[in-house]
Amino acid sequence: MSSRREFLKTVAGGLAAAGGGVLVPRLAGAAGGGSVGPPNLPSGTLESSLLEALPGKRPLIKRTYRAPNYETPVDYFNQQFTPNDAFFVRYHLSNIPEVKAADWKLQVGGDAAQTPFELTLDELKKLEHVEIAALNQCSGNRRGLFDPHVPGVEWGYGAMGNARWKGARLKDVLARAGLKKEAVELALNGADSPVLDKTPDFVKSIPVWKGLDENTLLVWEMNGEPLPHWNGYPVRLIVPGWTGTYWTKHIVSIQALSQPFKGFWMNPAYRIPKGKFPLVDRFLSQETDVNTPITENVVNSLITNIKSGQKFALGRPVEVKGVAWDGGYGIRLVEVSTDGGRSWRDAELGKDYGRFSWRQWSYGFKPAKKGTYGVMAKATNRQGASQTFELILNPAGYHHNVVEKIDVHVA
Amino acid sequence: MRTLLLLPVLLLAGSALADESQVKLKEGPGKDLVQGSCVMCHSLDYIPMNSVFMDRKGWEASVAKMVKVMGAPIADEDVPKIVDYLAKHYGK
Repeated sequence: MSSRREFLKTVAGGLAAAGGGVLVPRLAGAAGGGSVGPPNLPSGTLESSLLEALPGKRPLIKRTYRAPNYETPVDYFNQQFTPNDAFFVRYHLSNIPEVKAADWKLQVGGDAAQTPFELTLDELKKLEHVEIAALNQCSGNRRGLFDPHVPGVEWGYGAMGNARWKGARLKDVLARAGLKKEAVELALNGADSPVLDKTPDFVKSIPVWKGLDENTLLVWEMNGEPLPHWNGYPVRLIVPGWTGTYWTKHIVSIQALSQPFKGFWMNPAYRIPKGKFPLVDRFLSQETDVNTPITENVVNSLITNIKSGQKFALGRPVEVKGVAWDGGYGIRLVEVSTDGGRSWRDAELGKDYGRFSWRQWSYGFKPAKKGTYGVMAKATNRQGASQTFELILNPAGYHHNVVEKIDVHVA
Repeated sequence: MRTLLLLPVLLLAGSALADESQVKLKEGPGKDLVQGSCVMCHSLDYIPMNSVFMDRKGWEASVAKMVKVMGAPIADEDVPKIVDYLAKHYGK
């Protein structure tokens, strides 16, 4: 499909020309290769992806049109906060209404709520405002890098972003509902819906204790602006530390339940094998003998400023930059290797924006001899968990946090 | 949440988005059936995106999920024809 690749380059070149100083994403992921992702994505993914802009968004890497699934080119991750119009888009279902802020109402109820009620945006905004910097990452980010490949949306590195989210605490909303002591889970539903009545609506649940966490927010602002439509306008839930599947967009209903929620998107979807990942937060009411719902993000990092095959000059300083994150414990250490993993040095960590935000890091070195340098980065969090060197296989392709190697050349 | 559809809303993505019509599946027997069966709920790029790595069994499982879980209205006798097409053109 070389003609297609050429076409994509032409399109991107046109965008760059038209952009006139606007940041246009570099065409490759951190690992380099194709214009729409690293070369180890499935061949059909690379052939069917292209850079394209949704209304209100900059050109992002289109994986699927409908439901819309667009990932952020890695270049944007050189910034501490991901611009709203470059933030990734992920939907399961194709009917996505444009909800007006004035019409928005949140229904709070369920069999484990004493006082069901409806909340308007004005009422929500009367509660105490809280702003948190947090990573939002799709559970299946990097699924396309699984070897062997597994079906699903074949993401490269960009199904994530870091933003400042402003809103009110969910626990302050729940206080009005009068949760009964038998409440175990909160079922969350957004305004998006399936095309067919028979298709399961995208309803998720979280444990009540997580809903009452002071960091779980109903947000209306992202990086100081209203949420983009494609990221959940007018109000979405954020569950900092946990993967994006629980961050219900266009949220319109929260039901307190005395029994575990049963629905396709909780089981069998979004499950990981028990005992394979070093996670702390457990979702006990949903666990089975063999698997458990995905919860917090695993510790991970990404090199953002260099790509595979890049050339550097002998004796001239090279700065390797990237970001590192985890499930909300905070990054303790990022180590960088420039010799393919034989030796490791500590990177310098950037400003700490809180334990849910990703942490920028950088590492400088001066190549003293010609040849190929295998550049790697490995993050460790404050729980002592580190990235893995071998993929932890799981059927749905979650939690890819394998240490990666980018080969660059010094001449 | 389906009740919201009663509100005056604009379905941004319910109808075909952007240029999804440019997604072209490979020619071959069963292509029209595949397009007709799948495109009601999602764009056709889901098919090439998930290639080439699934064998016939993998595509069988995907189609079965669409019918049994997602409620795709596909007649029983059409299922093997759809799987044949996907396995031949997008299977390993």
